[in-house]
Amino acid sequence: MEAPLMHVALVGTPNSGKTSLFNALTGSRQKVANYPGVTVERKEGSFVTPLGRQVSLVDLPGTYSLRGRSPDEEITRDMVLGRTAGEAVPDLVLCVADSTNLRLTIRLVLELKRTGRPLLLVLNMFDIATRRGVTVDVPKLSEALGVPVVTSIAVRKGGTADLLRLTDEFAARSETPASQNQWEPLTVPQLRATQREADRIIASTVSLPTRPDTWTARIDAVVLHPVAGLAILMLLLFVMFQAVFAWAQPLMDLLQSAFDAAGQLAQNKLPDGLLQSFLQNGVISGVGNVIVFLPQIVFIFLFILLLEDFGYMARAAFLMDRIMGGAGLHGRAFIPLLSSFACAIPGIMATRVIDNRRDRLTTILIAPLMTCSARIPVYTLIISAFIPNRLIWGWVNLQGLVMFGLYATGIVSALGVSFLIKFFMLRDYAPAPFMLELPDYKMPRARSVAIGVYARAKAFLQRAGTTIFAMMVLIWFLASFPQPPVGAEGPAINYSLAAIIGKAIAPLLAPIGFNWQIAVALIPGMAAREVAVAALGTVYAIEGGKEAAAQIGQVLATKWSLATALSLLAWYIFAPQCASTLAVIRRETGSSKWMVLTFAYMLALAYLASLVTYNVASALGAG
Amino acid sequence: MSSTEQNRTRPELPLGLARRGYRGVIQHIAAVDTGSALSATELESRLIELGFVEGAQVEVLHEGVIGRDPIAVRVDNITIAVRRREAMAVIVA
Repeated sequence: MEAPLMHVALVGTPNSGKTSLFNALTGSRQKVANYPGVTVERKEGSFVTPLGRQVSLVDLPGTYSLRGRSPDEEITRDMVLGRTAGEAVPDLVLCVADSTNLRLTIRLVLELKRTGRPLLLVLNMFDIATRRGVTVDVPKLSEALGVPVVTSIAVRKGGTADLLRLTDEFAARSETPASQNQWEPLTVPQLRATQREADRIIASTVSLPTRPDTWTARIDAVVLHPVAGLAILMLLLFVMFQAVFAWAQPLMDLLQSAFDAAGQLAQNKLPDGLLQSFLQNGVISGVGNVIVFLPQIVFIFLFILLLEDFGYMARAAFLMDRIMGGAGLHGRAFIPLLSSFACAIPGIMATRVIDNRRDRLTTILIAPLMTCSARIPVYTLIISAFIPNRLIWGWVNLQGLVMFGLYATGIVSALGVSFLIKFFMLRDYAPAPFMLELPDYKMPRARSVAIGVYARAKAFLQRAGTTIFAMMVLIWFLASFPQPPVGAEGPAINYSLAAIIGKAIAPLLAPIGFNWQIAVALIPGMAAREVAVAALGTVYAIEGGKEAAAQIGQVLATKWSLATALSLLAWYIFAPQCASTLAVIRRETGSSKWMVLTFAYMLALAYLASLVTYNVASALGAG
Repeated sequence: MSSTEQNRTRPELPLGLARRGYRGVIQHIAAVDTGSALSATELESRLIELGFVEGAQVEVLHEGVIGRDPIAVRVDNITIAVRRREAMAVIVA
């Protein structure tokens, strides 16, 4: 008889190494979804114990207590208590602790014990603790807590062997029923008493080194320095964007030539006609034009994850707190906003770390102004077609500088909008507390970062493979049907549905310098910003014949004025060109009101910015 | 309260007023009227959850860029970033 699936939940304070333990146990066997009815991310993975027991592992949001002061923390509490509808009550709760920093976790363990759930304390990062001179009397700690304790080194091969063995032992005697739940929210005196109890247990079982981690202190002396710290932060961001632009290029060229070759193959092997056009112009060049940006997305996530694992993100929040606070934002908003540079969707979801509803709303409203990776294809295409690739001042690449300018404009506008929201809409605003642990620096581990980058790259490709592919087929259809009448003159697309729609809205866009081809591309661009590139490719490739398919940029350079190109760049800084972001805003705020507001203000800003850009550029002779 | 030599030379003061380099010991938490957006109970709970309990050693390690705010405080063996407004609730000496 096969043993039933064992449900295990991972609980721990933020920075306890919970995610690296989750990655170590489950590898890439992970599923990311949402809890029903709420928008908290549900991370589940599976593994098999040495004795062959199937385990389903859920990674619960990090928390310092079970009080549940934010939606995430409520999830953790309800899952541990088995109150979440449709979720299995965990057979075992693994409480993960950073071995170098046991105080807060031991208090959490004492609170968890009251729930009556079978509990196991995992002392993670035990190697770092040992190196720092922290010694833990594990058997004595286990006895004092009344909870089994096991050490682990999640980032090392075999570092979870003891944990797996104990899980098996637990499974073997899992007939022992969980005891009654006696947990209820702790009052302040109870909380204080629990912390005292935790400190007493630690004093008798753990010996701490007299000196704090000297490396962390040394790095912080520079990184948190008022002047040097901000300079380093700015430098990091600047290098990140220059590097993403430069390093990814060879890989992108490689992908581009692969897709070009595939398109050429389709053209050579297939007879002229609809099928050939569909494969070459609709499928291969459409999807290829999006997938080619995978290297940039991988690079940007690599940067974000490395900084996060290193422990720098909390420092960045510390440095940015007052600066963001001046614009009406919480220091913690820095992390969601930084994630929004990759994609506004995870960014908006990450606003859950902000407990104050008003702070959260403000952050959600401005997150789409952060330059997400989906804009990179559009920016790259236009920049490489219109901005000369040369050095100014001897070392700054002009294309990189324009890219930096686009990012900077997005950030400055976001701060401005946030200030206006604070001033006009949420006047009874009171700043929420900024309280954050600054964890000791840790060397990021290649495997953990790789799993994180892989998960994001996969998500991007899935989008490219599903939404974007569907949109490509649609735009190809719109651009190809109805077919021109026999003997008609001019490019076939001039007779298509796309042209009809594009021309219909073109008068509205004429004042900002957009032609009808751009108008056509903007419509499918609503599904995902990067689709607009592929759409432009389709529109122009079909219009210009097969020869033009390879180099959209070269085609655009001959078809558009510089003023139009700059206007489109300005448009893309602001335009609400992403239906999924709007959908997420609706879901996260729980009302259409905020979604409509976001759409309206971004559209207005985009139109205004493009209008100004186009007219100024035209006046300066770029028209 | 016993008035040792140290207590006489180091009068009680809210952590929110301490400058960089200040070292002291937490005397008590006074979470009322700090001007924080949180209720006194909530603020006190959060401070305790981050290790701000009576007897803990504190040291102000870093100050923010604007208005020397927020501050990074070593609380026993962890480092917590907190705004001065909330740190006003922590009375040290």
